Amino acid sequence: MIHARGLARTFRKKKQEVHAVVGVDLDVEAGEIVGFLGPNGAGKTTTLRMLTTLLAPTAGTATVAGCDLVTDPVGVRRRIGYVSQSGATYPDARAGEEVVDHARLYGISTAEATARGKQLFRELDLDGLWERQPKSMSGGQRRRLDIAVGLVHVPGLVFLDEPTTGLDPQARANLWQHIRGLREERGTTVFLTTHYLDEADALCDRILVIDAGRIVAEGTPDALKSQVGGDVLTVTVERAETAGRVAALMAALPGAEVPQVLDTRVVGRAPQGGAALMRLVRELDAAGIPVAGIESRRPSLDDVFLDLTGRSLRESGGPGGPGAPAAPAGRAAAEQPQEMAR
Amino acid sequence: MSTATTAPPSPATTGPTSSVARDTYTVFARAMRMSLRNPAWLVISLMQPVLYIVLFGPLLEPLSSQLGSGNAYQLFVPGILVQLGIFGALFVGFGLIAEYRAGVIESQRVTPASRTALLLGRVMRDVVVLLVQGTLLVLVSIPLGLRAPVLGVVLTLVVIALLGAAFASVSYALALTLKSEDAFAPLLNAVVLPVLLLSGILLPMTLAPGWLQAVSDVNPLKHVVEGARSFFDGDYGSSTAWWGAGLTVAMGLLGWWFGVRRFRQESS
Repeated sequence: MIHARGLARTFRKKKQEVHAVVGVDLDVEAGEIVGFLGPNGAGKTTTLRMLTTLLAPTAGTATVAGCDLVTDPVGVRRRIGYVSQSGATYPDARAGEEVVDHARLYGISTAEATARGKQLFRELDLDGLWERQPKSMSGGQRRRLDIAVGLVHVPGLVFLDEPTTGLDPQARANLWQHIRGLREERGTTVFLTTHYLDEADALCDRILVIDAGRIVAEGTPDALKSQVGGDVLTVTVERAETAGRVAALMAALPGAEVPQVLDTRVVGRAPQGGAALMRLVRELDAAGIPVAGIESRRPSLDDVFLDLTGRSLRESGGPGGPGAPAAPAGRAAAEQPQEMAR
Repeated sequence: MSTATTAPPSPATTGPTSSVARDTYTVFARAMRMSLRNPAWLVISLMQPVLYIVLFGPLLEPLSSQLGSGNAYQLFVPGILVQLGIFGALFVGFGLIAEYRAGVIESQRVTPASRTALLLGRVMRDVVVLLVQGTLLVLVSIPLGLRAPVLGVVLTLVVIALLGAAFASVSYALALTLKSEDAFAPLLNAVVLPVLLLSGILLPMTLAPGWLQAVSDVNPLKHVVEGARSFFDGDYGSSTAWWGAGLTVAMGLLGWWFGVRRFRQESS
């Protein structure tokens, strides 16, 4: 569905070159739900805008839905749907009309567009909202309306840019259901960007991690997590002065990394967390160290991101909050073209 | 693709029927529908020309002998029509910025629709609005004392439509470039006032001292206004009339070229 090689985009701003996307190789097969994960300003939106023909790449090649991005952008446009971060509908219009008008730009007749639109409204739980103005719809409804607009011409491939940003947890979970439904019921290939780890984890067959304009990792959520090199062990001791001894025990576990001590908490990693945990419990007991809590958990995608980039995805920008304080200089520079692109 | 149980026909069946004309009509109908649905906009845009005629026109009546015209409205109405064509059209970009912010422009740009149609449909809406306003303005002026040949009025409306199309295209192109009211508004204000004062729209430039006349000669819109006044006088053969029309065609082509170029560019 998507095959890109060396896709790059450089913006010029005041005679300075800003490399928003440095060279992206990616392949998405038909029927996949692929997540494009990265902090704000990593190049997600720029890449998406290139793949949807809105921005011309400054280097590289790509085939999207069987058509060459550079030589046949109209062919690409016919075959894809795009739901942008900023939405697709005018607040004062009527929901149904927006869907029909959009369909007509694909050469679909008003009658057929209306039929398809109404069917999409049913599938996306928008029944009864055909005449409603988008400005008086809830955030979740508006997002689903955007998706209806993006799907009315029945594209085989749909791009969703930050589909759940700004939604409350219930609306997010609901939208996830609908996104899964796109594949299950319509066989649509979905390429979505997100900076929510749980979203990528819950929704995607495969994840591409992008940072500073480059893809730094790819794989299934489980494969990525197992790359991290073990499960995360956390021991909370009752008295901080015993933490050092706990750390020494944890470091002695087979294959373990040097643990971190945070006051009364000792955090380390070891392969096969269950077995490691059992052994640690026995040793702590034998050493007579009083323990307040102990746990082993599978690494999260945040651990993956931390491992790959040296910083936490959580630190590097919440929803709608560009220019997070934790951002290093290089990332701040990459942020600008995104702003320009809007 | 995997099993698609409820999937409607594939997009291929929609065929290559999408043409510039069809897309233009879709964009036009949508824009028109939005405009008509906004009652405040409707009232304001229809009241403005009427207010000019009713509240400003009478001031010119005692001056009309001095202005070398038997009828103040014959002089004033063509000026107001040109003003409507330019300034009404220049402000249409604000609507585009609102649409851009809502994501509508982006979502139209990922469709196979012709880029030209995305501009042309909107410009056509603006021209239709302009012609309705202009006709209303002329009709309101008749009971107040306007006397002008029908052909002259029609020719002037054609000129105004072309002028409006040019300035609307420019406005959309600038709006699409700036994407922010905060940048667009000062730019318009900077352009509008000198152009208005140097066009002889409100009072003919023949009243001006020599240096001011010389400066205004550079402003093509002054010639458009004078051309429109010639049409209203029934003076179809004069060079003034056709200079104005010719310059309007030139501005129309230039504005259109500028607008289409911007709409065809990528949307960065």
